[in-house]
Amino acid sequence: MRRLGRWVVAAVVLLLGRGQRPRELPPPEPVVGGAAPAPKAELLVIGLLILSAAFAVAFVVVYAGGADTQLLGLALGLCFALLAVASVVTAFRLAPPEEAEEPYPEPSHPTEIAEVEQIVVESGRHLTRGKLLGLAAGGAGTALGLALLAPVASLGPVFDTSRLRREPWRRGVRLVDAEGRVLRAEDIELDTLHTAFPEGADPENLASPIVVVRLEPVRLDLPPDRSNWAPAGILAYSKICTHAGCAVSLYRAPHYEPTRPRPALVCPCHYSTFDPATGGTVIFGPAGRPLPQLPLAVGPEGELIALGGFSGAVGPSWSGVRE
Amino acid sequence: MRRSVLVVALLALFLPKLGAAESGPNLYLQHCVSCHGRGGAGVPPGGKNFGPPLQGVGAQAADFYLTTGYMPLQEADQEPVRKSSPFSEDEIRSLVEYIGSFGGPRVPQPDPERGSAGEGLRLFTENCAGCHQVAAQGGLVVGGTAPSLADSTPTQIAEAVRVGPYLMPRFTTKQLDERQVDSIIRYVQVAQDPDDRGGWGLGHLGPIPEGLVAWLLAGGALVGVAVLIGARAP
Amino acid sequence: MIRRATRFLDERAGAAPFLRKALRYVFPDHWSFLLGEIALYSFIVLVLTGIYLTLFFEPSLKDTVYHGSYEPLQGQRMSEAYKSVVDISFQVKAGLLIRQTHHWAADVFVVAIVLHLLRVFFTGAFRKPRDLVYYVGLAMLMLALLEGFLGYSLVDDLLSGMGLAIAYSVVMSVPIVGAGLAVLVWGGAYPGIPAFEGRMYIAHVFLLPIAIAVLLSIHLLLIVARHHTQFPGPKRTERRVVGLPMVPGYVPRTLGLAFGVATVLVLLGGLVQINPIWQWGPYSVANGTNGAQPDWYLGWLIGALRLTPGFDVTIGDYTLIPNPFWGGALFPMLVFAFLLAWPTIERRRMGDRDVHNLLDHPRDAPWRTAVGAAVFSFVAIVFLAGAMDRVAVSIGVPYTWQIWIFRLALFVAPPLVFVVTRRVCSELKEREWTDVEPMQTARE
Repeated sequence: MRRLGRWVVAAVVLLLGRGQRPRELPPPEPVVGGAAPAPKAELLVIGLLILSAAFAVAFVVVYAGGADTQLLGLALGLCFALLAVASVVTAFRLAPPEEAEEPYPEPSHPTEIAEVEQIVVESGRHLTRGKLLGLAAGGAGTALGLALLAPVASLGPVFDTSRLRREPWRRGVRLVDAEGRVLRAEDIELDTLHTAFPEGADPENLASPIVVVRLEPVRLDLPPDRSNWAPAGILAYSKICTHAGCAVSLYRAPHYEPTRPRPALVCPCHYSTFDPATGGTVIFGPAGRPLPQLPLAVGPEGELIALGGFSGAVGPSWSGVRE
Repeated sequence: MRRSVLVVALLALFLPKLGAAESGPNLYLQHCVSCHGRGGAGVPPGGKNFGPPLQGVGAQAADFYLTTGYMPLQEADQEPVRKSSPFSEDEIRSLVEYIGSFGGPRVPQPDPERGSAGEGLRLFTENCAGCHQVAAQGGLVVGGTAPSLADSTPTQIAEAVRVGPYLMPRFTTKQLDERQVDSIIRYVQVAQDPDDRGGWGLGHLGPIPEGLVAWLLAGGALVGVAVLIGARAP
Repeated sequence: MIRRATRFLDERAGAAPFLRKALRYVFPDHWSFLLGEIALYSFIVLVLTGIYLTLFFEPSLKDTVYHGSYEPLQGQRMSEAYKSVVDISFQVKAGLLIRQTHHWAADVFVVAIVLHLLRVFFTGAFRKPRDLVYYVGLAMLMLALLEGFLGYSLVDDLLSGMGLAIAYSVVMSVPIVGAGLAVLVWGGAYPGIPAFEGRMYIAHVFLLPIAIAVLLSIHLLLIVARHHTQFPGPKRTERRVVGLPMVPGYVPRTLGLAFGVATVLVLLGGLVQINPIWQWGPYSVANGTNGAQPDWYLGWLIGALRLTPGFDVTIGDYTLIPNPFWGGALFPMLVFAFLLAWPTIERRRMGDRDVHNLLDHPRDAPWRTAVGAAVFSFVAIVFLAGAMDRVAVSIGVPYTWQIWIFRLALFVAPPLVFVVTRRVCSELKEREWTDVEPMQTARE
């Protein structure tokens, strides 16, 4: 009898329970806002991505072929452009439009600040010579730091700036052009511009390059101690501007003087203008001192030779320059 | 009677054309003598018109100044600029012949094919780039300009190198022999049609146009993208 | 799958809480807040293209002769460095594209930083608690300028070589210590020892990029730690920030910007020529070219150097202050000093020690906007002085006149700009209030 009852209960439970699913967890609160589906936008993005991939392939094809720079740039650039458009379409059409908010972080954490101070203070509470210890540690740290910095001085001859004064020009050195041919006085005509170097010296030394020009001797107005520096009106000046080290590579050589400014050596960087007739004085521009002049003489075979070093320091000014 | 009228009319029509092949001396008298004086003697400064003598400058200088349009000059102290010449080719030839008769060098016959562009770049950089800029785009001198060489013909370049016009220094055959001048001309020809394999050449002037592109093209485009992506009204 | 990946990270790095917060981090939404990101993405392009270039560049000044395909350089002597860059441009496939993209990215990087700086300045984003972020940003700007200069100077072409000589002169011009400093850096008198090229190289490819990357990380971390600023508006207060969450809203937008930056830089790299060094030729101490200019972001220095009147400060016969010091060193130092000091200056003047999470519209801070505009106009005039010589001469203004016109403008323009800007700000503010009024009266 009890057995029959159990079968009846089982049958009733099965009958009542048929078709019902097991209970699920309640769904989580949505974090991300909802959005209407946008199938057209999705298709657009997919299309753009496929097109972008095609341009990436095109890039590789062009690369393997002639690798023309313009075509390569176009292919890769358009690949990125399509990716950019796809991203923007995703941003505006596929991502749900949301306005989220959150609090700014606490501007300050007074409890923790106090605790940090407390920890540091408590750690040193038992010290009797705390200040002296601190001083010694600081001193040791500073000394070590400075010591470690010392090898930086090996980078250059910091304590030997006299190297900046070394010049390849001295009495008897011949002037040569860029090809190494000796300059002859008769080759320097009026209105011509020549670049010259000391024979046998490194042309990349700042003091090496000079400009050689010729003016009529009657037009010269050199300082009295340079009266014999310009044989037949031939003048030589350092080619390195005393302002900021560019090569003074312009020569203003007026063809017909009544309507034109007088002859001048001009630097193309900041337009410092030097007057060759008066010993390289600055007549315009930011240079702070004249262009150094090289004394010349004509050698026994008509070649141009230097009579000594420059009238002043070559190149941009520095503290060791004495004028 | 009618026929003679016709003949006179025809003559009247054609005679001016015949007379238009004016002689060098006539052209000189009309256009040059006020500044350059009779027989190229020059006119000293003092009045409104004055100018240098042309004796000894030769056909070389005359051809240069006339084919470039630097001469004739409106004002004596004007800076000459390259322009199309008011003279026809025949007129220039007559003038050049006439001024050449005052004595001086002939019109040079350069041959850039004989030159080497490599040597040309080196020589151009050493001697010319300071004023004309290394890519021959022209430049600034205090007191004038050094023109761009974009329109210069080989003959004009060869002439200018020897003449040293306006503010330019001149270069003798001892400094730059004919073959070296050929190389310089060869290089200038390269500079007139340079290798711009990087794309748009921006005038071959260097970082200034590049900076303008960075700000206006790139900066503008990227700010545009930012405006597109971000909100506008705060 | 997402759950599996997140669980992996969480069990091994404790990452889940961070990810949960990060995914919904709120970005205030205004277009001008994206300017810093343009700089960031340009920096990424710089690093990637730069790595590629290091695989081909030869950082050596040893002499060699060119025998490649570019005719005007045939048989010319040049350094290994210059030759390797010509080869990158002519021989390496895609070499010129990557080289030009790299150089354009450098120019645009600084453009973006400057625009970003202007936005930060004129909206007051540098105020507490973000003054540290601001200082880090200024440090990055200084490093970016040096990094760019070193980058194009490595090539040893005529233009950049002239620029290096000028840099040497500026270092030499520092009073008393200048010469020692210059020979230290260059290893001797200019052009210096061969190792100087190596010093520039290691600074450009390693030391400075690492420094910038570290500062960038600090910059971004500090921003996240205090959250971004926002303009005032509905629900937007000093305590709550409103905007777009990182996922899913913000990520596609910033990706779009990133791809946009890459697009512009690569298109420029392929279509617009930049720094065609084969046309400039190799550098030599004895050579110069007319029209030599630094890259745009150093244009303020060439302008300052040109405008300074010609004098060296001497005591007896001892040269105390050579001329390039004023324009090449003091001027940029003063501009950066102004920028660094500004948060303090404003705080003192306004007596404002509060935390500011809300931004000002420029018109709402007329004094700051006017001062900023005046200083900007000063710097802009110096820039123009360095860049306008050809243009001015072509319209008939001789160079000698230009210098005087610009010098006059330097004194006249900034006070004028100050007064006008302050006036415009107050006018705009007044008009805002008068626009609101009719609506209020209507409601009444």
